[in-house]
Amino acid sequence: MSWRALRAQTAAEVRMTLEQGERLLVTFLIPIAGLVLFSVVPIVATGTAHRVDFFAPSVLALAVVSTAMVNLGISTGFERSWGVLKRLGATPLGSPTLLASKILAVLGVEIVQVAVLGAIATGLGWHPHAGIAAGVGAELLGTVAFAGIGFLLAGTLRAEVTLAVANGAYLVVLGISGIMFPLAKLGGFAAVARLLPGAALADALHASLGTGASVSAETWIVLAAWALAVPTIAAASFRFE
Amino acid sequence: MAAIEVDGLVVRYGRTVAVDGVSFAAEPGEVVALLGPNGAGKTTTVETLEGYRTPSSGSVRVLGLDPASERHALAPRVGVMLQEGGTYPVLSPVRALRLFASYYEDAYEPDELLALTGLADVATTPAKRLSGGERQRLSLALALVGRPRVAFLDEPTAGVDPAGRIAVRRIVASLRSGGACVLLTTHELGEAERLADRVVIVDHGRVVATGRPAELVTTGEEIRFAAPAGIDVAALGRWVGAPVTEVGPGEYLVAAPATPATVASLTAWLAEYDLPLADLRAGRQTLEDTFLRLTAHAGDDEGGGGTGAHHRAGGRGARGGPRTRRRHPSGSGRQRRRP
Repeated sequence: MSWRALRAQTAAEVRMTLEQGERLLVTFLIPIAGLVLFSVVPIVATGTAHRVDFFAPSVLALAVVSTAMVNLGISTGFERSWGVLKRLGATPLGSPTLLASKILAVLGVEIVQVAVLGAIATGLGWHPHAGIAAGVGAELLGTVAFAGIGFLLAGTLRAEVTLAVANGAYLVVLGISGIMFPLAKLGGFAAVARLLPGAALADALHASLGTGASVSAETWIVLAAWALAVPTIAAASFRFE
Repeated sequence: MAAIEVDGLVVRYGRTVAVDGVSFAAEPGEVVALLGPNGAGKTTTVETLEGYRTPSSGSVRVLGLDPASERHALAPRVGVMLQEGGTYPVLSPVRALRLFASYYEDAYEPDELLALTGLADVATTPAKRLSGGERQRLSLALALVGRPRVAFLDEPTAGVDPAGRIAVRRIVASLRSGGACVLLTTHELGEAERLADRVVIVDHGRVVATGRPAELVTTGEEIRFAAPAGIDVAALGRWVGAPVTEVGPGEYLVAAPATPATVASLTAWLAEYDLPLADLRAGRQTLEDTFLRLTAHAGDDEGGGGTGAHHRAGGRGARGGPRTRRRHPSGSGRQRRRP
């Protein structure tokens, strides 16, 4: 693996994300707008002392979903349909370096997201609880799981279908993961939703950063299982052409 | 050591045989064109050499290595231009070239390649806003970044404007003079004739002819004419004193210079049997003649007496002067019906 190639490819991946309007919309604009709107306007009863204490961890979960699944999945899907992945296969870059650069780019964009969203939430009066380590761990596991979903879509479906499915999944995750409103409001469906990676990620962040409670073992298991299973399936089914 | 060796290559997709026993080789410093109609197996052959496909049988070697299993070792020394796509639409030529340059140990400077491919004026324009020809040239520039010893250019002149064609010629010439081997595909005869040291004509997955363009086109003086299919060529040959062959249904070739005496004796024989003469031409073969002759049969067979060899019929009468190109097998492909 050439460090020069890895550095250049990672920088290119990050720039291509940050330079394009539709990508910024999903990675920054929607999480920021959601955070500000829901924290300021009393739309949803959150059950926390301050609404921002609920919505700050929520949008940190959403940031991971938007970057690791939506942005990575859609961009990789189009690179596949444009023949870019095929063409890169004939260069000395190599797929391990390409994969590494895509993961580093996702982490890089997420760091910017966390910094921006964290700053805005702090401005809105959020005091993150001390569970930073658990929060970072949850973000990383969530990143692996959702990146796996992004790659799975990109490597098996047509780019246009990946676009639709990833955006649709984004809305579904937004709705049923305890991101827009507490999971308890889903009633009996909450038990099912808890088995999905979105709810597990949001739950881990709400516990670690929002209320300061410890993250339940069940949540860690669900998150870890998705982080292990989906990338494995994605790797096995990925088609470069 | 040959730069490229293809030996009895067969590639099947399911039950379709895309390449059916192709063999050829190319040396360093040599430009070889794979010439053939669409669907002849050119791209499949090239993509096997690029390591994207594996042979169903036979073997391919690039710089002595197996392109599929030893791709990692080969990639730094090979340049690839895909038939379509392969570039990030959001990256401008200069950014794309800089990115690709980072993959190689000893890459060209982006500025050099921009000048060479004539893209300096659009160096900072995102690829999606470039014209089709400019995108082709960007794709070509990206194939050159790593100073390849072997370059595979799949249809480098397809959809390229005249300025682009000149750029392609300049680049191929510079690769050749630098000792690189270039394998390009084209369905345009003129381009093959201009670009290549050697032409390998393929059709239906098979090599039907190979040689220098000059060898393929100068088979001597000849007379061609069209008449009803199935006339007695042996008898006619004895009459005119030169071998006559039916090269396609209703299309004949007399292997003799078009002297007035020979033409007179030919028309007299046809008159004797009351056979209409649809077309009569004299002169040297062009590569187009060779190409059409070599690739007509298979299509006609499968097309159930297709239109291939009859394209000159139509009562235009005898014509002995300089020939005009009546049908150019470029662009959307040949007009011949294919199954």
